[in-house]
Amino acid sequence: MTLSTKVFIPRDTASISMGGDEVAKKIKQIAQNQKKEITIIRNGSWGMSWLEPLIEVEVNNHRIAYGPISEEDVIDLFDADFLNGGAHPLKLGNTNKIAYLKNQQRWTFRKCGLINPTSIDDYIRNRGFNGLKIALKKGSDHILKELEKSGLRGRGGAGFPTAIKWQTVANAKGNQKYIACNADEGDSGTFSDRILMESDPMALIEGMAISGFTVGANKGYIYLRSEYPNAHSILTSAIKTAKKHNWLGKDIQASGFDFEIDIHIGGGSYVCGEETAMLESLEGKAGMIRYKPPLPALEGLFGKPTVVNNVVTLASIPDIIDQGGAAYSTYGVNRSKGTLAFQLSGNVKRGGLVEIAFGITLRELIEKWGGGTASGKPIYAVQVGGPLGAYFPDSLLDTPLDYEEFAAKDGMVGHGGVVVFDDTADMAAQARFAMEFCSIESCGKCTPCRIGSTRGVEVIDKIVSNKNREQNIELLNDLCETMIDGSLCAMGGMTPFPVKSALHYFPQDFKPEIK
Amino acid sequence: MNMKHKYDENIALEIINEVGARPEMLVQILQAFVVKFSYISESAIRLIAKELNLSRAEIHGTVSFYHDFRTTEAGEKIIKICQAEACQAMGSRQLTAHAEEVLGIKLHETSKNNAFTLEPIYCLGNCACSPAIMIDEKVYGKVDTKKFNQIVGLK
Repeated sequence: MTLSTKVFIPRDTASISMGGDEVAKKIKQIAQNQKKEITIIRNGSWGMSWLEPLIEVEVNNHRIAYGPISEEDVIDLFDADFLNGGAHPLKLGNTNKIAYLKNQQRWTFRKCGLINPTSIDDYIRNRGFNGLKIALKKGSDHILKELEKSGLRGRGGAGFPTAIKWQTVANAKGNQKYIACNADEGDSGTFSDRILMESDPMALIEGMAISGFTVGANKGYIYLRSEYPNAHSILTSAIKTAKKHNWLGKDIQASGFDFEIDIHIGGGSYVCGEETAMLESLEGKAGMIRYKPPLPALEGLFGKPTVVNNVVTLASIPDIIDQGGAAYSTYGVNRSKGTLAFQLSGNVKRGGLVEIAFGITLRELIEKWGGGTASGKPIYAVQVGGPLGAYFPDSLLDTPLDYEEFAAKDGMVGHGGVVVFDDTADMAAQARFAMEFCSIESCGKCTPCRIGSTRGVEVIDKIVSNKNREQNIELLNDLCETMIDGSLCAMGGMTPFPVKSALHYFPQDFKPEIK
Repeated sequence: MNMKHKYDENIALEIINEVGARPEMLVQILQAFVVKFSYISESAIRLIAKELNLSRAEIHGTVSFYHDFRTTEAGEKIIKICQAEACQAMGSRQLTAHAEEVLGIKLHETSKNNAFTLEPIYCLGNCACSPAIMIDEKVYGKVDTKKFNQIVGLK
């Protein structure tokens, strides 16, 4: 028997963007030349993006990590006998002992990096489809009860209790219902949906099937942004495999339950991440938002009762059903139960995904995991929750990561994106960008958003060029209030948060004579 | 390598039928057209309107709403530079200025020799390896000016 050494090279976008494919090719080529028996497995990402491509070798059932590896390092690695875990400056030791990973509380992302994303055997070996099996056996009421116990709230940003949403759809009348997975992860600084879809897509498939079974829907859609072609190809392959093994399709595992999933690709529009705009886009139309009510839970896709959930929400559910809602709710604090996959990015030394229970402070996250700024300069501002989230100055970094604690400071945890800026950032430019982005992405349905954002850019320009400064600051604050109170959705309604926080906490940047 | 086809009505019809000639598939059809032909031509709008039994105005309304659905032919390589916050924090504004300078075109423009089209994009989900750019469907991370020149094949 020839012993073939397993070499893991992630196929997630971060790894590929840093040369993962070229590294894989080179390793294969040198192994052939040196007649080494290896099996290359393109796994998902552990989420330690700053170390990508992070390659691993399996030695005596342990996975030894090396990274970040460039094409040029590969020959060195062979010389250092990395196939047997040999010493090398880029050796990181046992993967599961790397502090960044070890100190997390992985729940939803526990299989990310570990498995081959498109291998159904890997998935099942790691308790995959246990949740769906339990659902099919114990029925809809059991699922709703466990969900309620878990305290899970929508991870897309709004934080709405998932159990209530599902219960509403389950109670709704009608023989056609839908599950619509929002995979339009457009917030800057967020990539947890992407990592999940590229690293453990079957968790999403299973979560959607459980959702369909619970509320009585036989059709699911994944609305995936066009900026994620790699996730598209991995998801497509995973859906095909799940179907082949009867975890999707007709009469799933002889339960009598049918469930199909189609992927729809977006058209590069940020506002389509808003749930009603997404539904319009799924129906083939321009992504103009809808008035609410009616709620999508009652009149959603094609006017039918629809569960609209984010990727991470749905992917969290299989384990909640498998382990029990109570187990999930032991994590977290107050009304923020469970874990959230925070995403560290921007000017940070160790950017990546950190899944951890709610309650730690923003500073802890940035310092302990992020290791401070990439530039080594002082942290100046941190934007949490995407482009509609407030900019926090240093004095607010001790805020615990908790939905309500953040809301109390006019911030938002949102989808868990954390973007760090060092002191070279110009917060007036960032405020201007927030308004500009809103003017580019506004669907145009309501006036405060459509017109307000354009006026906002102009007013900020006047302030920084010292034209009637005081009056224009007052005007900008007025405009922000109008947008907050008068916009139909979060696009116009929350764009003022980064603007107001920039103006409030970083007034010095709005004075041209100083900066 | 240019994978893009000149607009061809037979191929276009094939795409429409493959994706599904139903109004709810309009965004998917347009997306497939952009992948194949790089843009949505006036003839394409007429054909889709006819096949889906929608008005040209309806198709136009949808085309003009989405950033992906350009109405002019793109250059051989479409370079998208992320303009969102995480990349801004790592110098995407400077990178964009550099790209505009070396390619001799502004964002949204195509170079005279039709080699490059430069577009802004708002987040590629590669925020921990910022600044990020995308060329056709491939994403590149931690792109500084030197790496940019290498990737696009400038010296």
